[in-house]
Amino acid sequence: MNGKIKHYGKIAYDGLITNNATFKLVLGTCATLGMSTSAVNSFGMGLSVTVVLLLSNVIISLLRKVIPNTVRIPAFVVIIATMVTLLRMVLEKYIPDLYDSMGVFLPLIVVNCVILGRAEAFASKQPVLDSAIDGIFTGLGLTCALTVIGIIREFLGSGSFFGIQVMDFKIGFFTNSAGAFFVYGICIALFVLITDQADKARRAKQARLLRVPAGDQPLPAVESSAEEVK
Amino acid sequence: MAATIFLIIISAVFSQNFILVKFLGICPFLGVSKKTNSALSMGIAVTLVMILATLVTYPLYTYIMVPLGIEYLEIIFFIFVIAALVQMLEKIIEKLSPALYRSMGIYLPLITTNCAILGVAELLLVNDVSEIVSGVAEGISMNLGFALLYALFAGIGFTVAMVLMGGVREKLEKLPVAKCMKGFPITMVAASFMAMAFYVFSLL
Repeated sequence: MNGKIKHYGKIAYDGLITNNATFKLVLGTCATLGMSTSAVNSFGMGLSVTVVLLLSNVIISLLRKVIPNTVRIPAFVVIIATMVTLLRMVLEKYIPDLYDSMGVFLPLIVVNCVILGRAEAFASKQPVLDSAIDGIFTGLGLTCALTVIGIIREFLGSGSFFGIQVMDFKIGFFTNSAGAFFVYGICIALFVLITDQADKARRAKQARLLRVPAGDQPLPAVESSAEEVK
Repeated sequence: MAATIFLIIISAVFSQNFILVKFLGICPFLGVSKKTNSALSMGIAVTLVMILATLVTYPLYTYIMVPLGIEYLEIIFFIFVIAALVQMLEKIIEKLSPALYRSMGIYLPLITTNCAILGVAELLLVNDVSEIVSGVAEGISMNLGFALLYALFAGIGFTVAMVLMGGVREKLEKLPVAKCMKGFPITMVAASFMAMAFYVFSLL
């Protein structure tokens, strides 16, 4: 049981941080740049992608033994396109505001590299539950990243936070396209900087742990064997 | 008429540039722009597929899907048309000119998942030219001729941005850049400055 939780935890952590689609892999950039004019828009875009990602991952994983290897890419694309068509109908009916603000980027979720990428790299090989978790957390990682960019651009560009005016200033640069590239670039740099530092700190800690009990037998080995007994 | 054509050209190439203003086709823009030559090949391949895709999807939508009332299937139909076209083009180029295939071949399959192609097909589904080209008088209805013109020049705009970026990145490679800014971040910042330059066109 413990091992299972660890296994799913690792999938989740990979999707959120290690392989963060927006900041680490830099995939699905069109949607990120185009929809991050405001926090609400980017949050909506992130959730839409998450929904499509989850559904397509589950369906592709269910069909992974049925789809012949040679025609897998067209098959994946048709599944994803169907999901996007469904999502489009639902949004048009129930959240027309978001539907209008997404414009051409809603059909373009079909060609979002993140979704096809996860289908090809993960869902076509792994069991359903794993794929579902991978879909949710990759999607959430993307949603968080998009929302961060959206918040920064909205705040600097119009002084508001999720549509609520908090400061009285406007910097036009951040609401137009040049600002999108700029903020995205800086965000990637910061993310890389922070994760690198965290990685370095973790490795230093591990090295210290290994060095201290160097005299007697290493502790980790004992721990792992105890776990196996359980 | 002449004014409309001129405005479509300026808008598609500069003021509504697909990469730098509309954010369509950013993946190849970041992935294949390390060298000017490969950027140019990719740009030409994309332009070619854009024109062919428009030539098929626009009549398909207006003359078949709308009369049959199946507009809601547009995404599935369009992506299928684009995938089939790319596959076909790949085979044709391979047969006709092996040299061109070798230089362009690796970029062709990538084009299927290029937002710019599906983007142009979706954008062109308007009734009035003024909806996608600012400055055009209202009442000029969209037709296949305008659609193809827009697709051609959107592709040229794409190529221009790709080649410019290729040049910038060739120079950037040789410069000392802070470690965390290496790769994507510095490219994005460079793209930001290019986008600023293109933004000026929309003020004219």
